[in-house]
Amino acid sequence: MQLTKIIEAMELEVLTSVTEDREVLGGYTGDLLSWVMGRAESEMLWITIMTNVNILAVASLRDLPAVLIAEAAELDEAVIAKAKEQEITLLRSPKSAYALCVELGKLLA
Amino acid sequence: MSEPLKFHFPVSGGDFTSAGKASVQVKKLLRQLGISPDAIRRVAIAMYEGEINMVIHANGGSADLEIYPDYIKIILADTGPGIPNIDLAMQEGFSTAPDNIRSLGFGAGMGLPNMKRYTDDMKIDTEVGVGTTVTMRVNIA
Repeated sequence: MQLTKIIEAMELEVLTSVTEDREVLGGYTGDLLSWVMGRAESEMLWITIMTNVNILAVASLRDLPAVLIAEAAELDEAVIAKAKEQEITLLRSPKSAYALCVELGKLLA
Repeated sequence: MSEPLKFHFPVSGGDFTSAGKASVQVKKLLRQLGISPDAIRRVAIAMYEGEINMVIHANGGSADLEIYPDYIKIILADTGPGIPNIDLAMQEGFSTAPDNIRSLGFGAGMGLPNMKRYTDDMKIDTEVGVGTTVTMRVNIA
C-alpha cells in the first residue's frame, strides 16, 4: 500500500513531508537501533518511541519509507529539521506501538 | 592490477549527533559508483555499527574504504581501550555500553554481531590499552 494511503487511513500526523510516496509492504517495531538496523527491510514502516537524532541515520541507511513515532512522543525541532534536510518522512500518532502495528497489519492484510 | 579506489573518513568521539555521518556518505558514494543495492546495504550496516562502536567506546577513530573490482574492504581503526574478550563481545546481547548510551537506543549488544553477519569476512585486531582495528570485506561480484 502507498505510504500516503496509510497516513490517511491511520490518521497519522506528518511532521516533515512525504517526499516520495513509497510502497509499504510491512512494518517493524523496536527502539534498539542495532536491531532495527540489522532486521528491518527497506519496504517497512518503522514504528518506535525513540526520538533522538540517531533514528534518522538508521532510517536513511536502511532506506525505510518512513519513521512512525508512537505514543505522541516529543521530538526536538532539530531532529525534525534534520529529517527535512535529509528528506526522511517522520510521522507521529498518539497510539501505542502495539495499536499501530495492529492497524497497519489490518491495512496490509 | 589497478589500484583500488580509497576513501578516508575521520570519526569523532562522543558525538552522537553526527554518528553515522561517514556511513551515510559512503552509501551515497557507492550508489554513485553503481554498486549493487545489496552490497551497499551490507557495507552501510557494517560501517554504521563500527562507527557507533568507535564513538561509544573509543573516543572516535577512522574509517577507511577500499573499493576493488570484486570486493569492498572496510578498515575501522581506533586507539581506544581495546576488547578484553572478543568471544564475549561477539555474543548477541552482550554490551558494555553505559546507561546514558543505552537510553539513546544503543548498547543492544548487536553491533559486532551485525558487522559479522552482514560482511563476508571480518577480522578483529585488538590490544587492551592500545586500540582496535576491525577489517571487513564485502564481496560485490
